[in-house]
Amino acid sequence: MKAVDFTLVGVGGQGTILASDVLAQVALEAGLDAKKSEVHGMAQRGGSVISHVRWGQKVFSPLIGRGEADFLLAFERLEALRYVGWLKPGGVAIVNDQAIPPVSVSSGGAEYPTDEHLLEVFAAVTPRLYVVPGSRVAEELGDARVNNVVLLGALSTFLDADAAVWKAVIESRVPPRYVEMNLKAFDRGRALISA
Amino acid sequence: MKKLLSGNEAIARGAWEYGVAVASAYPGTPSTEILEEFAKMPNVYAEWAPNEKVAMDVAIGAAYAGRRSLCTMKHVGLNVAADAFFYAAMTGAEAGMVFVSADDPSMHSSQNEQDNRNFGKFARVPVVEPTDSQEAKDLVSAALDISENFDTPVLLRITTRIAHSNTPVELGERREGPGPLETYLRNFEKYVMLPVNARKRHPVIEERIAKLAEFAETFPFNQIEWGDTRLGIVSCGVAFQYAKEVFPDASILKLGMTYPIPPKMIRDFADKVDRLVVIEELDPFIENEIRLLGIPVEGKSIFSPIGELDTRSVREAAVEAGLLPGSARKTYAEPDAGPLPGRPPVLCPGCPHRAVFWVTHKLKLPVNGDIGCYTLGALPPLDTIHTCGCMGASIGVAHGADKAGSPERNIAVLGDSTFFHTGMPALLNVAYNRGKTITLVLDNRITAMTGHQENPGTGVTLQGQSTKEIEFEPLLHALGMEQVRTVDAFNVREVEGALRDALKSDEASALVVRGECALLPEVRKKYVPLRVDQERCNGCGLCFRVGCPALVKQADGKAFIDPLLCTGCEVCAQVCGRKAILFKDQLQEPSVA
Repeated sequence: MKAVDFTLVGVGGQGTILASDVLAQVALEAGLDAKKSEVHGMAQRGGSVISHVRWGQKVFSPLIGRGEADFLLAFERLEALRYVGWLKPGGVAIVNDQAIPPVSVSSGGAEYPTDEHLLEVFAAVTPRLYVVPGSRVAEELGDARVNNVVLLGALSTFLDADAAVWKAVIESRVPPRYVEMNLKAFDRGRALISA
Repeated sequence: MKKLLSGNEAIARGAWEYGVAVASAYPGTPSTEILEEFAKMPNVYAEWAPNEKVAMDVAIGAAYAGRRSLCTMKHVGLNVAADAFFYAAMTGAEAGMVFVSADDPSMHSSQNEQDNRNFGKFARVPVVEPTDSQEAKDLVSAALDISENFDTPVLLRITTRIAHSNTPVELGERREGPGPLETYLRNFEKYVMLPVNARKRHPVIEERIAKLAEFAETFPFNQIEWGDTRLGIVSCGVAFQYAKEVFPDASILKLGMTYPIPPKMIRDFADKVDRLVVIEELDPFIENEIRLLGIPVEGKSIFSPIGELDTRSVREAAVEAGLLPGSARKTYAEPDAGPLPGRPPVLCPGCPHRAVFWVTHKLKLPVNGDIGCYTLGALPPLDTIHTCGCMGASIGVAHGADKAGSPERNIAVLGDSTFFHTGMPALLNVAYNRGKTITLVLDNRITAMTGHQENPGTGVTLQGQSTKEIEFEPLLHALGMEQVRTVDAFNVREVEGALRDALKSDEASALVVRGECALLPEVRKKYVPLRVDQERCNGCGLCFRVGCPALVKQADGKAFIDPLLCTGCEVCAQVCGRKAILFKDQLQEPSVA
């Protein structure tokens, strides 16, 4: 498999860290080198978060430069826009169709960007934008928190690694009683793209 | 077996595998996970100390007693521990001791950027720096050996991108370190730093650093990878990874030990390359060391001393300096997403700091803040914290303003853990020097910002043992506060009443504002989302001024409470003048969270 760079973005508490862990581990299981980088601490308090995952025969930098990511996996629409600059022209963007208004918006001071704006901005970078109902699917499955695995499922359809490898890694990373729900979430995510 | 570990996990693993028996630390991003991980290992002792200076003394004591020890901290923690760091450099110990400094270039979670390699040179302590998690683990072993062979503490310096990047690591087994000495050391000349002995020790540490420079020539983590000799790069830490990626063909000298540097190795390398360039984050540390050898070198004239580097910034700077052709620049039209609403970190829904900040904002008080989640009270709409410098600064700064004759009554605000850290001596100072500062200890029953660590007030140790729960009220009395009151952090009226009483008195006083962090697992189980009575709400917008993410302004201007976010703390309900936000006991059908 070839070198692939991913940026995962969202709001603190949305599960980007677990998703990045799984993504990096999948590369290792598939015999590749992998690195993952993110920031903890202050950013966790409902702030905007970005995580970098890199796959390759030999990975040096743990960080991806702006305009260099093959994939942008966004857990929230506003954050997708904030980090669009990381995606390389023609790269794949998978955006969870969820809006979490920051306090500046919810208290009425600022405007949340419109759907049209999102489409317009991404259209200038790539034709390969997939807006997926990750949170809705997760809620249907009974837990909004599995939206991160739904999105991984969607992402997996673009990559060579076998679905079985993904599932084994997911199984190893979540508590036993949540395994079944997470595996379902993964399959539902895959169906979002192939459907 | 290879496993993806963060740099922090790798250091913890290394400390365990290479026989560290005792570890002590105070939590601080990006270093916190090292002790959290180490504490889970079998056959080790690990503790949270109230501050980094105490933690370092503990690690030094353990090494005096003959056990391998570890002390970890964020960069500014070494400022606190500096006194201990310097005497440990003078005395050495009876077993290996490694101090980890996790620096935070770009200040992801810090009040400043500082390059703690300078502390190594300052105290004549060798500094080692890993370029990934594998090296982070391996260098713990190397550092312990250096520590024992050269009778010196060793500073293992990492940065955020090493601490919080996961890279593959080969795991090994535990090798027990030395057991405790049969009898505790009795060596007056070496361990009692009276001037008479200290004067004899200073030449010893100067000789030691010269011997270490010699040792560095063959230190296996100092490596040359020969390539094109038109460009020779010297690098270390995560910057080495950027260098490898941007200059795949250049010759690279990687320094695993950045103080002292190996003079002969550097000179040989410099002789064989046409242009010598150092790529390092923050200060021109290696660059200046090379320059002191009389070797012409470039570095910070090309690469910024501010913030983190990455491949893009390194590449751009290299093109600018003629190290790479213009064609190497990746041309890329930056997409324009327009102005976007920011998403700074905020006080969480249900945060016990919200009501007290509502009150200090309302009373327009000058508030001296401190380091913790509550620093977020400085941001709108609460914007009620006016100074924040370092751990424990709030009380001293407020007292200084008081003694300067500031006409306003100064308030100090700090958290439970920060009070234990360095707030205690400052409060003693207020009492002793007849100050009148009002100190608010925001006791949320945990060290929250760094991710929920236990502290002396929680009744549990790092390794999960139940212990004495230090009570604030007697402690505050003992530190000289005659007026001490405890209030419910979620009761706006009670907080306001207590603060108004304190303001009426001319004496110093302390308020314990007690309420649990809303993110504690036990607290999460008790969430009851509130509801807005849309008939009564007139859209005045007052409730939005408490700055809670669960309150949403609807198109008609009226408030709506997001049931997924609301914890039911009732601060907004108390603030609402029209009683439009229903209290828990007014909800006819209590929602089930």
